[in-house]
Amino acid sequence: MTTYAEYQTGEPVVDGKAPSGPVGERWDTRRFEAKLVNPANRRKHTVIVVGTGLAGGSAGATLAEQGYHVVQFCYQDSPRRAHSIAAQGGINAAKNYRNDGDSIHRLFYDTVKGGDFRARESNVHRLAQISVEIIDQCVAQGVPFAREYGGLLDTRSFGGVQVSRTFYARGQTGQQLLLGAYQALSRQIAAGNVEMHARTEMLDLIVIDGRARGIVARDLVTGRIDTYFADAVVLASGGYGNVFYLSTNAMNSNATAIWRAHRRGAYFANPCFTQIHPTCIPRTGDHQSKLTLMSESLRNDGRIWVPKAKGDTRPAGQIPEDERDYYLERIYPSFGNLVPRDIASRAAKNVCDEGRGVGPGGQGVYLDFADAIKRMGRGAVEAKYGNLFDMYQRITDEDPYEVPMRIYPAVHYTMGGLWVDYDLQTTIPGLFAIGEANFSDHGANRLGASALMQGLADGYFVLPSTINDYLARNPHHEDVTVDHPVVQEVRAETEDRLNLLLSVDGDRTPDSFHREVGELMWEFCGMARTDSGLRKALERIPQIREEFWRRIKVPGTGEEFNQSLEKANRVVDYLELAELMCLDALHRAESCGGHFREESQTADGEAARKDDEFAYAAAWEFTSTGSAPVLHKEDLVFEYVHPTQRSYA
Amino acid sequence: MKLTLRVWRQKNADADGAMSTYEVDGISTDMSFLEMLDTLNEELILRGEDPVAFDHDCREGICGACSLVINGDAHGPERTTTCQLHMRSFQDGDTIDIEPWRASAFPVIKDLVVDRSAFDRIIQAGGYITAPTGAAPEAHATPVPKPDADFAFENAECIGCGACVAACPNGAAMLFTSAKVNHLNVLPQGAPERETRVLDMVAQMDDEGFGGCTLAGECATACPKGIPLVSITSMNKEWLRATRKVAKR
Repeated sequence: MTTYAEYQTGEPVVDGKAPSGPVGERWDTRRFEAKLVNPANRRKHTVIVVGTGLAGGSAGATLAEQGYHVVQFCYQDSPRRAHSIAAQGGINAAKNYRNDGDSIHRLFYDTVKGGDFRARESNVHRLAQISVEIIDQCVAQGVPFAREYGGLLDTRSFGGVQVSRTFYARGQTGQQLLLGAYQALSRQIAAGNVEMHARTEMLDLIVIDGRARGIVARDLVTGRIDTYFADAVVLASGGYGNVFYLSTNAMNSNATAIWRAHRRGAYFANPCFTQIHPTCIPRTGDHQSKLTLMSESLRNDGRIWVPKAKGDTRPAGQIPEDERDYYLERIYPSFGNLVPRDIASRAAKNVCDEGRGVGPGGQGVYLDFADAIKRMGRGAVEAKYGNLFDMYQRITDEDPYEVPMRIYPAVHYTMGGLWVDYDLQTTIPGLFAIGEANFSDHGANRLGASALMQGLADGYFVLPSTINDYLARNPHHEDVTVDHPVVQEVRAETEDRLNLLLSVDGDRTPDSFHREVGELMWEFCGMARTDSGLRKALERIPQIREEFWRRIKVPGTGEEFNQSLEKANRVVDYLELAELMCLDALHRAESCGGHFREESQTADGEAARKDDEFAYAAAWEFTSTGSAPVLHKEDLVFEYVHPTQRSYA
Repeated sequence: MKLTLRVWRQKNADADGAMSTYEVDGISTDMSFLEMLDTLNEELILRGEDPVAFDHDCREGICGACSLVINGDAHGPERTTTCQLHMRSFQDGDTIDIEPWRASAFPVIKDLVVDRSAFDRIIQAGGYITAPTGAAPEAHATPVPKPDADFAFENAECIGCGACVAACPNGAAMLFTSAKVNHLNVLPQGAPERETRVLDMVAQMDDEGFGGCTLAGECATACPKGIPLVSITSMNKEWLRATRKVAKR
């Protein structure tokens, strides 16, 4: 018997939809070559959209505006609560309103470089092109972006760039953009074009004759399991950062939709590419249920430092200026505190590992606003960051106007996801993945304020163009009915899984298993990874899985509102996904972006890529639980941005 | 800390509910209120009892899912969401009453979970600007005076949690509805639908069974996002203006 780590390499996977030609013309070319669906025929097509965040909300609204019949799902009680709402800092767009040298090409360049040359040039260029339209669209919807006294839009800077191209709405940009999409969706719900199912969670995908034709979903209030059918299925279910138990994701964000699609044949690309965000509030104890981000925008004005001496336990205010190490400004003088997230996180880990961390357990660094308050005045700092300061004070009971914030890196975003082609279609025809659920645009590290950009680009502009092509080429599907044998089978599998969870009646809670696998992942597949550590994790995960099915305890029944059952079912999928993440991290014996392999670093401790061996996206094909998956490589070609060692010094 | 919790337990929408008493021990002052409930639920599961159901998601005070009445106050003693309330606001030995939002327009689903879909239907009635994707003019084509933009933002901060309704002696949804009306009606982009928006949203609000407003002001006191009471006055002005304007047509 072969072990999980002894994977086979299969045929390369090719993005058959990306046009050739100059990069700036590819999106136009694709839109022209894509077939269209006659407006009168669109209402005959049903599209399922899972998720109502920035990607799903904008896609559902736009597809409905085009005339499609949309059936949409979210596990929350309202589509307005999807976790995009928690994004704080802003959204990038190459408007060049500042006349500071920005352009579409520069945003493209910054994003490919920021992703450490592991993203597709075609996709990233399209993203940069669409960025300017997104701002127009959101302003037209009434999104209250920050404005200057002349009435024009304000911008600020984010990490990894030297221009000011981030549009924002105080520290609540995600909220305001999401409400814009939610309101557009609400208009379509009222018009009868979107059939909205809130408090309903997708539990499996229905694939018939090789095409995605529907989903199995559970009504979280009644427990009823139903099947829904469509001509195409769009997954906009977000990322999988909650594998780590502690992350900045919402408590109920989960990987079930994408993992179940993966099990049904969709390749999963670059699962080990996870983003550890440098500025989160440190954990306080074992009771911690989640971590809270402090927006990257704070690095515009806050200065990051630790004491120069090890074990210096004096309060921050008593450490004189010349005994402080503003280490980011020292190591990276040209970008200073605004280096990309992966670099800032690793630097924080390094100074803490050296014994210079601050706060309980030495797991923290200072983010200090004393200079900014002196320079701009407290009022200006309050106007810019007030809600973030309030949030910090509420959680820590410390006043960041008086003492520096303490921050530490935490899991925040997952660049990996379902493999998609240029049309955002997965390897299952008719199954699309958009937003954080796909892998396409951020490479090995996402720049700040680019997640909102990508979610809305996918949902408002890319998918509504490309899905036409699929529907136009496959116009005459036979209707699927509940008595189709595949439907019956998938449904029965789902019911069996839930019944099994309810019947074990063991002695451990779903949360205890989630915490156990999360801590394992943080230790061995977190900020720094090694061959031996990853092998250890790969040995341990199947043991936890075995124990899970022996000892899990889920009270109540499946025919009622049962949050323990929801949680246990999500943990089932984490326990498989975690294994794939570790394998991907193990196989990629290079460092790139957020994926840092200790064996592969430069003399000064920076990530050392191995372009000869690893300039590809790793797309994994599922075989069966616990068995080695098959690796399919998509070679990455760089025609415009030549891969170099990233330098922010 | 050691605490006594008196929690509303109700098996489903049709069942009768009652307060049940639980003891929790070893609670740290750094815990959030919901982490304290997590601790209770872990114990209940291991004892083979049904854990207490409550809505929660982001735990950052922005999604608006969490919704508990704590010792009679919506979101508890501090002006914040339940998820951002920390146990340092309580004393060792305290007895804490925990109930769901109480309003006829928010029926209980289970324990502390209520159905707030009425809010979605109020937004669907007109809480949007009609701007189909692709039809947008250049963003800088229409400058918005900063005071208007700030007023819009202040109202747009509403998270739709429903604390305003829970706190109101009449169960009114005026603060929620006015926040969205004001956000959109003050912007130039929202002007073409200014009258229909306020009239339709208020009509929907009334249809949903929310109570009438007597300007008691409890809503604005409970609002974790600080939507001011004057928002209601602004909406009333908008409604009167729209009624007169539509009557003239």
